[in-house]
Amino acid sequence: MENETELRKPKGAGGYVLIAVSAIFFFVFLILPLVTVFQNAFSDGMLPYFKAVMDVYTRKATLLTLEVTAIALCVNTVFGLFAVWAVTKFQFQGKRILTTLIDLPVSVSPVIAGLMYILLYGRTSPLYPWLKSHSIHIVFAVPAIVIATIFVTFPYVFREIVPVLETEGTDEEEAAAIMGANWWTIFSRVTFPHMKWAFFYGIVLCTARAMGEFGAVSILSGHLRGLTNTLPLHVEILFNEFNSQAAFAVSSILVIIAIGILIVRSLLEARAKG
Amino acid sequence: MEATKKGAKQPRVIPGFGVSLGVTVAMLSLVVLIPFAALAVNALKLSPGEFWSVITQDRVLSSFAVSLETSAVAACVNMVMGLILAWVLVRYDFPGKKVMNGMIELPFALPTAVAGISLTSLTSENGAIGKFFAMFGIRIAYTKAGIVFALIFVGIPFVVRAVMPVLEKFDSSFEEAASVMGATRVGIFFKVILPELLPSLLTGTGLAFGRGLGEYGSVVFIAGNKPYETEIAPLIIMSKLQQFDYTAACSIGLVMLLASFLLLFLMNLVQVRNTKILRGGEA
Repeated sequence: MENETELRKPKGAGGYVLIAVSAIFFFVFLILPLVTVFQNAFSDGMLPYFKAVMDVYTRKATLLTLEVTAIALCVNTVFGLFAVWAVTKFQFQGKRILTTLIDLPVSVSPVIAGLMYILLYGRTSPLYPWLKSHSIHIVFAVPAIVIATIFVTFPYVFREIVPVLETEGTDEEEAAAIMGANWWTIFSRVTFPHMKWAFFYGIVLCTARAMGEFGAVSILSGHLRGLTNTLPLHVEILFNEFNSQAAFAVSSILVIIAIGILIVRSLLEARAKG
Repeated sequence: MEATKKGAKQPRVIPGFGVSLGVTVAMLSLVVLIPFAALAVNALKLSPGEFWSVITQDRVLSSFAVSLETSAVAACVNMVMGLILAWVLVRYDFPGKKVMNGMIELPFALPTAVAGISLTSLTSENGAIGKFFAMFGIRIAYTKAGIVFALIFVGIPFVVRAVMPVLEKFDSSFEEAASVMGATRVGIFFKVILPELLPSLLTGTGLAFGRGLGEYGSVVFIAGNKPYETEIAPLIIMSKLQQFDYTAACSIGLVMLLASFLLLFLMNLVQVRNTKILRGGEA
């Protein structure tokens, strides 16, 4: 990033045309959808807005979303750190295959993810009788929502850190290890400072995705209001009931969180560069 | 950076190899591999005849066509617009640039269901964009155009994020050299810059395309889901699952999975080249 590209005022007409095209695209595809959310959310005034936001089902959905996001985040962060250590600090056979497999969830449709978990834990599964006899409910209950969310965000922390650590190499860790530092010292004093911003960035991305996951969760949740409804599912139900004002009011919560995430992200990027 | 020779055994001085690899493989198995195995086992139980009759139903075939077509169109738009946005964000200084830079990843941060209902309302006949196009007799929401619209939204950050780092690292001395030797600006772009950007541009476009094929949340609302016209493949899987027709869901899922593996494989080929460029090695 030290390689400074000089920023210029656009030269000639071409540059202004490109900026104008970008600005129009940006306005239509990114600004207008946000404006639409708030416009519809407040279409009947303040009172219905707050009624929808403070509704008991909205609150329950919010709690469930936060819970699920927190669990997915913890699991994937732990996984990400171990996986990053294994992949970037050692040479071993099958590394390419391992990283490809870790990245798989990103390239698989969330609907397929949902399908896989239905087949694994649902009533056609060989596991099902056992689960049933122990009254463990996975599919159409909260555990499936958690698992599906972990799946779709599985590589997020991992894949943000890997490129950063790969450019760092392993010389510093080797030096530290030879001088007798233990793993914790090596990790916290040598490795972590290099990957700090990428790590936080991965966490932010993981949070965003976990909070908003829809396809996989929609297959697995069973849509029980107040029990297995996350915020995005709650939005869907309200919208399909033609209660669009309430759907957008609930959406506005998610929009505010999304904007918060983007702000944190920008701050992280600025810190990482500066 | 000299690569370690393959197979050359070095003593591992850094601690934690066994533990980290063990935890990684264990968690990977639980979260990813076992579910995949469940799908594979179910797929193997399908008889070829059953599989074939499911995926050659007219309705299923046309859903594949709709998914492919809309994702391809959206990916093309995103390739061009993503390149322009990345270029503008890296090369020029203009008011509002910071906001644009920060907001370009909104589609990553905004839950797809929210994007879905918002884009639907925006492009329906009462929405700002829908009204505008309605004057020309063009409908967006509940048509293929609507699906493309949603997929452009979902896919744009993939391209921008893939291209920007390469553009930022681009050595401007090449451009200067070309310019000194009398190349035109357009010529420089197509002969000097574009070839360097191409791998990352293709990777970003491939990611956007793949995401489009599997996208569900932002599309279901805007598509209208008319069979043979605007019904996408993921939606058919969804409705088969709701009817507990796991055989059909599994067959269609398998086709989609194979498509995304193929795409992944192609992108890996491109990626190898891309990494070399990013590291400043020989292309």
